[in-house]
Amino acid sequence: MKFVAVTSCPTGIAHTYMAAEALEQAAADSGDEIHVETQGSAGSDPLDPQIIADADAVIFAADVEVRDRERFAGKPLVQSGVKRAIGGAAEMLDEARAAAAAGPPAGDAAPAEAAAGGGLTTKVDSGAGFGTRLRGWLMTGVSYVIPFVAAGGLLIALSFALGGYEIVNAPKVTDHFDWNSLQSWAALMNQIGVIAFGFLVPILAGFIAFAMGDRPALVPGIVGGFIAVQVQAGFIGGLIAGLLAGAVVMGIRKIKVPRSVAGIMPVVVIPLVSTLIVGILMFVVLGPPLAALAEGLTNWLNGLSGANKVILGIILGLMMGFDMGGPVNKTAYSFAALGLAAATPASFEIMAAVMAAGMTPPLGLALATVLRKNLFTHVERENGKAAWVLGASFITEGAIPFAAGDPIRVIPSLMVGSAVTGGLSMAFGCTSRAPHGGIFVVPLIGNPFLYLLAIIIGTVVTAFMVVTLKSFHRTPKEAADEIPATEAAAPA
Amino acid sequence: MSEVITADLVDLDLKAADRRSASRQLAERLVAAGRVTDIEGFLADIAKRESQMPTGLEGGIGIPHCRSAHVSEPSLAFGRATDGVDFGAPDGPADIIFLIAAPEGGDASHMKILASLARRLIRAQFKERLRSVQDPAEAAEFIRSEVS
Repeated sequence: MKFVAVTSCPTGIAHTYMAAEALEQAAADSGDEIHVETQGSAGSDPLDPQIIADADAVIFAADVEVRDRERFAGKPLVQSGVKRAIGGAAEMLDEARAAAAAGPPAGDAAPAEAAAGGGLTTKVDSGAGFGTRLRGWLMTGVSYVIPFVAAGGLLIALSFALGGYEIVNAPKVTDHFDWNSLQSWAALMNQIGVIAFGFLVPILAGFIAFAMGDRPALVPGIVGGFIAVQVQAGFIGGLIAGLLAGAVVMGIRKIKVPRSVAGIMPVVVIPLVSTLIVGILMFVVLGPPLAALAEGLTNWLNGLSGANKVILGIILGLMMGFDMGGPVNKTAYSFAALGLAAATPASFEIMAAVMAAGMTPPLGLALATVLRKNLFTHVERENGKAAWVLGASFITEGAIPFAAGDPIRVIPSLMVGSAVTGGLSMAFGCTSRAPHGGIFVVPLIGNPFLYLLAIIIGTVVTAFMVVTLKSFHRTPKEAADEIPATEAAAPA
Repeated sequence: MSEVITADLVDLDLKAADRRSASRQLAERLVAAGRVTDIEGFLADIAKRESQMPTGLEGGIGIPHCRSAHVSEPSLAFGRATDGVDFGAPDGPADIIFLIAAPEGGDASHMKILASLARRLIRAQFKERLRSVQDPAEAAEFIRSEVS
């Protein structure tokens, strides 16, 4: 079996290492594989996230708090004081074997490898290839963002279920809230959910940066992510902001400073300087081209309105699947939603196509996690469960955690699936008067059965594409090491 | 950097009534070698660590240790107590005693040496050799070769 262990003790100079040695010897005797992270004073080399992901069980032999223990969440765990491992390493291995057989602890489905602890300090990174590190950084961001997607997305979905799709137009709950009104409660859930969603990109960016540059990088990452939202750069803008913030902090840390200043570096200097740099770049360098892009795309779409409607559906589908709430997606969506004002049959068809195309990304990924479990990490499979509901509710953001973790393979798959659905919806002549709501507004859809068929086909195509692309290059088990360093562009 | 242990930090015939006395005798060697600046302060740090959890380990080992501001460089003192000294291990007194002195905030390369000593203590051959060694210089040489 494969085990990972963490040893630690109050002083960090003796028992930590004795326990590690005892566990390694016991594992060698029993023919098991074990990797031990010694959290002592000789500097600890954090375990490779991939090794943690592959481990059958985790052993903590620790008298002080295990650092970054969330990396191990969701794994079968055996824990004791450090001394026990020195005298009874073999028994602890037996217990770990039993724990592994019993499976992961219930209710502890938190990110395992995804917390990508490895990435949480800069030390780790030095050994691994760039592709491995990049994936570790992205997955760290993903793991922290998934709870936001789940909480916000499910609240919004629930609000649609309880209050109908027009709940988004309800008055602010701060202005009007009636304890006895279901509509008020639905509006409340919707507005809480929307606020939770507002954190999605900043948190993604913040924790990508955190993985790269540790705590000081949180600030430029979160602020950069929020600016990405402000300049309508969507989650791709967030990825850029996070990698940029991390890179800036890593760069600043390389500068040697006098001892007198070193103390305030992580608290004051690094956050200040890096936030300023990231902020400038995000606002000045990234913002204007994005605004121009959105405007250009809108003009282009308006020009296409007279063209073949199936081709228009395909193009809108490609756009919906590209960046899930980012500038391209927003342009397509606004094009459709604002067009509703015209109240023409053509505008209803466009709205239907856009909504359907925005539903398939989470649905397709959810299906893929069920079809081929082993292509996805533990945390992605968990996210897959929520993605069913999010996709059905036309909350395209449900696909972001997948896309952020592996954009090169996931995004093209989503685009193809959405294009198929968008084209089919147009070809079937489906219509929608509702600008959102997903499955909850099917009664308002023209040709609802063909509409569902279009969504199902797109979902299957998306899942097929994702599974194929992911299988071609790697399985996540061997994953990261095999991504050639050249494949991943340098961060910003 | 100097060696973590030298012949004058080895006592192959340590006689001590209890662990405090054993620690003090070994600490005196560290003071004589200029590695510990204030013996009382250092022993207080040792006692503080010992009070958190006894450092005796099964197999006849005692490893009083601490990180202390009174330590100038990472050091080991080795004492062999044929009569045994109780360090609180469940299976009885210790005959192999290492006093491990680490400076506050010692750098990683030094700490790695102490870490590798800790790892050696788990190995049977290492302990056997320490029990049979005849000469302090030979003992110091052996320990150095094992931990570096």
